[in-house]
Amino acid sequence: MSQIDVPLSRGGFGQTQRADNWWVQPLVVFLGLSAFIAYSTWAALQGQHFRFGPYLSPFYSPELFGPAHEGWFGPNPRWMPVWVTGAMLILWAPGGFRVTCYYYRGAYYKAFWADPPSCSVGEPRKTYLGERSFPLILQNVHRYFLYLALVFLVILARDAWDAFWFDGRFGIGVGTLVLLTNLVLLSSYTLGCHSFRHLVGGFRDRLAGAPARKRVYDCVSCLNQRHMLFAWCSLLSVAFSDLYVRMCSMGIWTDWRIV
Amino acid sequence: MATATFRIWRGEKGQGKFQDYTSEVSAGMVVLDAVHQIQAEQAGDLAVRWNCKAGKCGSCSAEINRMPKLMCMTRLNTLPLERPVTVEPMKAFPHMRDLVTDVSWNYGLKKRIPKFQPRQPDASDGTWRIAQEDVERVQEFRKCIECFLCQDVCHVLRDHHMHEQFIGPRFLVYAAALEMHPLDVGDRVESLRKDFGIGLCNITKCCTKVCPENITITDNAIVPLKERVVDRFFDPLSNLFRVFSNSKT
Repeated sequence: MSQIDVPLSRGGFGQTQRADNWWVQPLVVFLGLSAFIAYSTWAALQGQHFRFGPYLSPFYSPELFGPAHEGWFGPNPRWMPVWVTGAMLILWAPGGFRVTCYYYRGAYYKAFWADPPSCSVGEPRKTYLGERSFPLILQNVHRYFLYLALVFLVILARDAWDAFWFDGRFGIGVGTLVLLTNLVLLSSYTLGCHSFRHLVGGFRDRLAGAPARKRVYDCVSCLNQRHMLFAWCSLLSVAFSDLYVRMCSMGIWTDWRIV
Repeated sequence: MATATFRIWRGEKGQGKFQDYTSEVSAGMVVLDAVHQIQAEQAGDLAVRWNCKAGKCGSCSAEINRMPKLMCMTRLNTLPLERPVTVEPMKAFPHMRDLVTDVSWNYGLKKRIPKFQPRQPDASDGTWRIAQEDVERVQEFRKCIECFLCQDVCHVLRDHHMHEQFIGPRFLVYAAALEMHPLDVGDRVESLRKDFGIGLCNITKCCTKVCPENITITDNAIVPLKERVVDRFFDPLSNLFRVFSNSKT
């Protein structure tokens, strides 16, 4: 490839003439993601207060092992250490989906690695490998995490449906709305994924002969335009859903019945 | 009349310093107007490249308060005039003089990207048929005015100077315009990975942020190309599925 002959100057870390508050956005991302990681890790370690009535925390869904009829595969197997919680068995999948998400990648490269800290602001490191070599080349597994995330959506849809049934009778509580809102936001985030957009039609150069595919592609593109918004809203909603179920289960909050 | 201070980079071949010029400003002025005024009244030897003054030629690219912008499209009332407005040349290209940089690296690079290769004509008269909805996808990329602000803000070029390994956002957009064109049958996917360094892009979206034509560079051009690279090199399952489903692009 062509070479640049004249040596270019390199700015130092944080060096910039930008007059705006360029550091605000990466700081907000850093604090937001750190808070979520801290809370989700804490919640995943608890192993209790994740179920209240018909509500199941999304951090613990699906419940692979549990008492009586609640666990998919029966009670906890003997080989499983007692400190392993249900959340630990499943959270790697949605976590991997978010970690490899194109939006989050760009956001945390800036906020956590300062690579760069912000647009046209100097970086701390001189070397740069990008996503073409180990370890970041592993980000290319994003679409496999997408497949898993789609399965999780179906499971969470089932949880939202279950949240309408209180001891076999139809009803709507605040928790029902919380889990339903979480499902809508997670769906908007997952179905607006760049990889999903590619898989439903983006890989083709011509969609004119396939009207159904074109419509799906347009819908996904529409969600994709707001991918950052849904990424954050769904992150908040999934944490709040767990918090809500947890608080109700601990008796600190009361779940008001609407219907 | 109100005045503002413009801190303009003066010098040659990367050597130089900022020099302050205080100039009168009025409603509706853009940075290029102020630079021209300074050139006319205070610094006749100030070098600045410009042409259309309408945001269409892409000549007057510079860094205003360190953000890559077109001087002709940056209104003074969008800048904090209570402090000096810095105007300096783009950082990703070799400096020539004052606000002028040598962007010829880009022109050489463009020649290396495999050209448009149309499929066999659809009709016996040698013409093709394209659906509007198919061509709309790549129309966005044709808005590019080649101002190279996206190249300038890209940290892979700007900070890491990987010009030999990475073609930058402008030419990823160009490659996308060709690769996604409904008539094109050329294959640039392998080159994108091996020669053009698409894996070096870490999706910071700075290119999208500075584009004066509001091209959604990252989401509509670079990421779809990255996904095509994933198809080819990192996803055997999808490849297998497409072989059996006999999908044609």
